[in-house]
Amino acid sequence: MGWGETFRTALESLNGRRLRSLLTMLGILIGIAAVMLTVGLGDGARREIDRQINNLGSNLLIVAPGSGTSLSGVRTAGGGSSLTLADAAAIADPAVAPDVAGVAPVVSTQGAAKWGTNDWTTLVTGTNVAWQSVRARVLGDGRFFTADEQDRAETVAVLGPNTAARLFGTTPAVGQRITLNDQQFTVIGVLASVGSSSMTNDDDTIVVPISTFAQRLSGSTNTQAVNVIYVGARDADSISAAHQEITRALTARHATTEANRDFSIITFEALMNALNTTTAVLSTLLSGIAAISLVVGGIGVMNIMLVSVSERVREIGLRKALGATPALIRRQFLVEAAILGLLGGLLGVVAGIAGAAALTPILNLEVSVSVPATLVALGVSLSVGLIAGVYPATRAAKLAPIDALRSE
Amino acid sequence: MSDVTPAAERRPLLRMSGVRKTYDTGAVKVEALRGIDLAVYPGDYVAIMGPSGSGKSTLMHIIGCLDVPSEGSYLLDGAEVAQLDETELAQIRNRRVGFVFQQFNLLASMTALRNVELPLVYAGVGKAERRRRATEALQRVGLGNRLDHRPGELSGGQQQRVSVARALVTEPTLILADEPTGNLDSVSTRDVLTLLDELHDAGRTIVLITHEADVAAHAAIRWRIDDGLLSETDLPPAASGPEEGGRHGLG
Repeated sequence: MGWGETFRTALESLNGRRLRSLLTMLGILIGIAAVMLTVGLGDGARREIDRQINNLGSNLLIVAPGSGTSLSGVRTAGGGSSLTLADAAAIADPAVAPDVAGVAPVVSTQGAAKWGTNDWTTLVTGTNVAWQSVRARVLGDGRFFTADEQDRAETVAVLGPNTAARLFGTTPAVGQRITLNDQQFTVIGVLASVGSSSMTNDDDTIVVPISTFAQRLSGSTNTQAVNVIYVGARDADSISAAHQEITRALTARHATTEANRDFSIITFEALMNALNTTTAVLSTLLSGIAAISLVVGGIGVMNIMLVSVSERVREIGLRKALGATPALIRRQFLVEAAILGLLGGLLGVVAGIAGAAALTPILNLEVSVSVPATLVALGVSLSVGLIAGVYPATRAAKLAPIDALRSE
Repeated sequence: MSDVTPAAERRPLLRMSGVRKTYDTGAVKVEALRGIDLAVYPGDYVAIMGPSGSGKSTLMHIIGCLDVPSEGSYLLDGAEVAQLDETELAQIRNRRVGFVFQQFNLLASMTALRNVELPLVYAGVGKAERRRRATEALQRVGLGNRLDHRPGELSGGQQQRVSVARALVTEPTLILADEPTGNLDSVSTRDVLTLLDELHDAGRTIVLITHEADVAAHAAIRWRIDDGLLSETDLPPAASGPEEGGRHGLG
């Protein structure tokens, strides 16, 4: 008996018990779909975290006043901030902090912008030219301000894409003049969108040179204070070195100790690790559930194959009388169990893909189904079927033909 | 035993000597066969009769290589069967024996053609050849126009003819029919017995197990089994009615 005939017979037999076969596959289906979604969710979450952190600026460190760890960095200028422009200048000195590539001190305030009859209140950020590279921002239109414009404190502004849309609608923003807290500014650029982020709204802001901000927008007399300093490390490996250098420099400048320091440094390594750990724990948990589901599915296959063997005792007896060897009978039932497993796995993959497509908009997270994960899932489902089939198939093979034929 | 055939010098197709079968059911030992000696020669048509519990079924199983004797020797076509394992027995059954069962034992999900092909599948015969031989066998039993019918769409007599075709298709050494007419009406019974007669006339060796004398009457040689021992019966070929004829003790 060839393999083709074995498969044909197995398919005929499963087809003759369609409902039962489908129900049997359900266990495997759920297990495989769960595996696929788990892997997809884990990958999606990891990618989303990476994306959000890269949007903030790669290799970014945030130096914030106080010992807290507020991520927003939004405080009104001069509100007793312990950080100054001189601190920023010190960190930017390669002799002090050789692992620092860029330093962008930031002051910010709420500002009311007007263009014609449109007005929009948003966060106004005063910073230097390094901000663009440290925060890894790209211009969607126009340009960022230059060091020259910053030195001369020119009234130029770069808008976030959402801000531009609020003020100008579909009119090109670059070259227009807007009023910002009663001061005239020229729009020279519009930032490209970085998408929504749970941390800050980086698409709705107005960026101006920090010197201009101090002269025209700041309500404070202390023009030296800054809200936050963004620091870009040279590369991912130098983040912790930069962290140490900044800590040492600022501790010395503020004449304090590391224990009582009046600033804090936030890096995203720790945050990323924490999030990745959470994701990993979640993945492990879901994988556990998926594994249990597969084991239960396997037991279901075994159970139904045992039922099938006892129902088909006569058929087995007849096949043996007609010359089927025990090995062929075993193969017959193994193939049936393997097909149940594999078909269940295939349906599970389909369900997993459908589930991923359905979850993506709900979770606002790209739940993807990878090809290797699919292949592994199919391999696993086939193995579950085969393993579950061993015992029933062996029982069928061992049936004595006379007992089998005698049964009614 | 050679006295039952005219040509004693021919090699027997089946030879049993001192065959015993004991079933050990834990506490009780049941002796189903208590020393059977027999020989069947090529072309013989043998009927074995006996009431239930006589050891008839056990003898049939051993003749058909579905079971092996506890003691004694059984040569089928010159090969010693008694010591074979399950796989070897399966191959012997496939090549040497064609079964016709009382319950027909056709697979309900398959067409007549596929049912008849089944022994050839296990013999490893290729698809086209299988189809050709199965078609021929079905034509031989007069069902050439029923190839694609499933057993449920055939009458009992037709089903039994399919099963005769299945028994024929491998060109076996021996056709072993176990109460082939037990589930048939009188018309179908005559059909099937006529078919067996024709096969015998064509030179086939047939062993028929039955408890009905008029069925046994079709066979040239009739044996009786009682309490695990075999004897001859001299029932005249055309006779009918209860088969209480005199017996000759046999070994």
